[in-house]
Formats: sequence, structure tokens, C-alpha cells
Amino acid sequence: MLSFASRRALQVVPLLLLVSLLVFALIHAAPGGPLSLYLDNPNVRPQDIERLRRQMGLDRPLAAQYLAWLRAFIVGDWGYSYADGRPVMDRLLERVPATLQLIGISSFVAVIVATIVALVSSVRRGFDRAATIGAVAGISLPVFWLGLVLQLVFANALGWLPSSGRSTFGGSGTLDRLAHLVLPAAVLAVAHAAAWSRYLRSSMRQALAEPFIMGARSRGVSEGRIVTRHALRNALLPFVTVVLLDASMMASGAVVTESVFAWPGVGGLFTEALAKRDYTVLMAFLMCGSVAVAVLNLVADVVVHTLDPRTRGET
Amino acid sequence: MSGVHRTGRVTALVAAAGLGLLILLALLAPYVAPYGVDVIDLAQRRAAPSARHWFGTDELGRDLLTRVLFGARVSLAIGLVSAALSAAIGVTVGALAGYVGGASDAMLMRGTDAMLSVPRLPLLMIAAAVLAPGVPLLIVLVGAAGWMETARVVRAEVQSVKTRDFVVAARALGGSAPRVVLRHVLPGVLPTAAVSLTLAVGRGILLESALSFFGVGVQPPAASWGNMLYQAQTTMSSEPWLALVPGAFIFLTVLCCNMLGDAQFRSRALAS
Repeated sequence: MLSFASRRALQVVPLLLLVSLLVFALIHAAPGGPLSLYLDNPNVRPQDIERLRRQMGLDRPLAAQYLAWLRAFIVGDWGYSYADGRPVMDRLLERVPATLQLIGISSFVAVIVATIVALVSSVRRGFDRAATIGAVAGISLPVFWLGLVLQLVFANALGWLPSSGRSTFGGSGTLDRLAHLVLPAAVLAVAHAAAWSRYLRSSMRQALAEPFIMGARSRGVSEGRIVTRHALRNALLPFVTVVLLDASMMASGAVVTESVFAWPGVGGLFTEALAKRDYTVLMAFLMCGSVAVAVLNLVADVVVHTLDPRTRGET
Repeated sequence: MSGVHRTGRVTALVAAAGLGLLILLALLAPYVAPYGVDVIDLAQRRAAPSARHWFGTDELGRDLLTRVLFGARVSLAIGLVSAALSAAIGVTVGALAGYVGGASDAMLMRGTDAMLSVPRLPLLMIAAAVLAPGVPLLIVLVGAAGWMETARVVRAEVQSVKTRDFVVAARALGGSAPRVVLRHVLPGVLPTAAVSLTLAVGRGILLESALSFFGVGVQPPAASWGNMLYQAQTTMSSEPWLALVPGAFIFLTVLCCNMLGDAQFRSRALAS
């Protein structure tokens, strides 16, 4: 068991090295290099750019730069933000709680909704058709547009909910914070529930086609009990892994949603950094996002391996 | 089962007709659009939807219906061509990995895993910010970010097809590897590839719209559905139609692609 986890963890290392090469190459593909931002700035003289290049080691061979960057990244020295000169790690870390809150609540709601939809779908044919269409519509919605429309309806037209931010300036009430959370969490929950209800429904269908379900039926077990106890329990395992594997989608969704609703999380920081071409922040974000996705994939594999004895023979 | 078949076919038909109509309108934009693409009418600035301007006008008095039709050309072109590119890369990588196997398989699949673990939208946003692409480069970027899913399904399919008797027979008769792959293996993989191609069109359109929405995709004065939303964002409360209409077009187009892909997938699942 432990050996599977450690063997699987070892595979993550070359994967992350590949990712780091990709991220590094991307930033250095900029015409004029990472300092291109200053090239258009009339207040920065060419000599200053030259000095900065030497100071930052940008005149050294690319391979040396890559190794130096990688070493620094691993030991936690992520450099300083071009925008305000503060350490990148501080800027990222202070934004993490807001993002975790948003992703946590929206994923929780999405899992509940997806489970209910999948359960009802497997016993009611008509509902199943409607739910399938609804789910396809849900995954086809541009997330940022859904955010704009909800803002328009619930904040601008009806005035029920605040349109952006995490709390009213100066206010700190729990209700106020909750009200700010509703719209961005709803947007992410819709996107995820649409995708996840499809997965759970198809794995429910597979479970319901298994011989042991027919066995349960022939023993006279009630349909409700068959669906909730026998099928759902078997369908949940692949579902849990799919939710964990969707971490990459959550990261993209958080970037978009936080930016539309001015939610002060990591995703919002990313779009701010993008507008200012703050490359140190962008690189750190992409690396952290990829590490998080790789680690969650690893967790998903290990969970399946631990819980489902059928997968153990394969490796 | 025939009931499912029929509903599936009806949705597929409706979705295909919707997509066809949109592509036709985009191709004929110069002829069907009610106004010129950049005609500015300052007397009609920020006009709400009416009989003269079905979808209203923007801050320069440009007709929104006209701009949506011309925007469709850019958005659809990016979606379709990037999907074709994704499919080409994905099928190549998947077929190589699945057919050759061994070390090349391991290497290609690790590369695919690496690409899949980088959050796609942020990666593309950085690439677009760094390279400041025009439409052709934007197509390449979106296409290069979307081949991994295709590669995975094609690889799995190729692995199962290559053990079938007719492929073994073709090899035994001395067929060269490229010939066996092209003539015998790939035709069996095509339906799977077609499904991921259809889904990739929708994904490409969504990615373009998100990139343009954040100001790093298609640049004004060229119109795409995404950058129309980008420009509409600031005047949302006073001129909501500027945001509602292009977004609705993105939604409906992607919906058509996904319904079509779904129907293809299901008819295939039923057939096998």
C-alpha cells in the first residue's frame, strides 16, 4: 500500500520538472524577455534595463537561469513582485484563504446538487432527459458571462445582493460576508454541478447494470434502497476521483469568477498580475496551480487504490 | 431503446442545423448584415434594441447585430481551426503512443500528463499576454492547449484496435507500420476522434472568448464575441444588451457543439 503511494509519488517528480520547463520557456518567449515591460516605459533608460538584466541574471545562459530559478522555487524563494516589490510568496499566501473558501463552498454545493440530480435521474426517466439537457447547457455556459448576467439581475436590477468584493467597506458582519459569497459561489457551483452530475449519472448507470443489482431486485429490495444503498455506494468511488481530477478546472474557474466579482483570492491576483505583466507572480501562480493539480491527481489515485481492491492487481 | 435513438437524432439534427446556420450567417456577414461593419452613427449611440437596431448599438453607434455577425467569423474560425489543429496533434500523439508503445509511449504520455496538470486557461492567458498574438497565432495557441484529451482516448482506442485479428493479419502480410496505422488502425479510431473534434470546437470558442474577455485575445477594432463582452463590461448596468447578446451567441454555439458531440458519442455507444 505504502509502496504504491510512494511509487506513484515518484512519478510526479519528472512530471513537475516538465511543467517547470514549460512555464520557464513561456516567460522567456516574450519578445524582449521578462523585462519587456520596461522597454516601452520612457522613464526607464536603456542603461537601467541593462543594469537590471545583469542584476537579475538575465544575461546568463538560459540553462543556468532555469536551474537557478528552479532551485530558488523549490527552497521557497519565489522572488519579488514587479508591481509592488513585495515577496511573491507573501502576496500569494495572503490570498489563499479567500480562494479556498470560495472553491470549498461552491464544490460542496456542487457535489450535493450533482448527487441529488444523479439519484433522481436514475429512477425518473423524464427528469433524466431534462437533467441531461440542463447539464449540457451548464457546461456550455461561459463562466464569466454567467457571472455578468447574475450580477446584472441580482445586484443591478433587483438590488438583493452585492455585486463584488468579499465584504462591504468597513463592514464585517457575518451576514454581509455571506451575501458577498452567494453570487460567485453560485457561478462556480453551476459550472461544477453540471459537469459532475453527468459523471455521477453515468457511473450510476454502470453500477445499476451490474449483476448484484439484479440480485438485490430479485430478493425484493425496494427500488429506493437499491439506488441509494447499492448503486450510489459503488458509483461514488469513481465520482470522488473525478472531482479530485477536476482541480485544474477549479483553478481556471476561480481565475475567471474571482476576477468578475473582484473576489480577493489567488485568481483575482492572477488577473491583476496579468494586466501588469507581473511575470514573477504569474510564474509562481502557474507552478503552484500545477503542483496542486498533480498532488490532487496523486491523492485520487491513492484513494482509489486503497478503497477499491479490484485495482490493486494492475500495478 | 429506439426512443433514445430518436431523441438523440433529433437533438443532433437541431444542433447541427443551428451550427450550420451560424456558420452560413458568418460566411455571408457582408451581405446579410443590416449595416456596414464599422459604420459609426453618433446620433444613435447606446440605443436600446429596436426595429432599426435589433440588438441595439454600442458607444459609437455601431449596430450590434452587424458586429455580432462579423464577430462570429472570428470566433467560429478560431473554434473550428483550433479544434482541427488539436485533433491533428492529438491523433498523431495518441496513435504514435498507442501503436509504438514502450519508451515512446511512456514519454509521450508523461508529456500529455504534464500538459494536463497545468491549469489550461491561466496557461493560455500568460501565453497570450507574452506573445500578444494576432488571430492566426491565437488559433495555434488554443489548438496547442487542447490536444491532450484526444491523445488519451485515441491512444486507448489504438491499443485495443491493434490487437484485433485484421491488424495482426495486415502486419503478418508485411504491411509497413505507417501503412498499417493509416489504412487499418486509424479508420477504426475516426469516430472517437470525431467526437473529441466536435467537443474541441466548443472548447476553443469558450477559450477564445475567455482570453478576449480578459483583454489578451482578439484585439479591437476587430470584433470577436469575447472582446465585445470585454468592452461591454464597464457599461453593463446602463447598456446590458451589449453584454447579453454576444454572451448568448457564445452560449448557443457551444451548446450546439456539445449537444452534437454528445449525440455522436451516444449513437456510437449504442451501436457497439
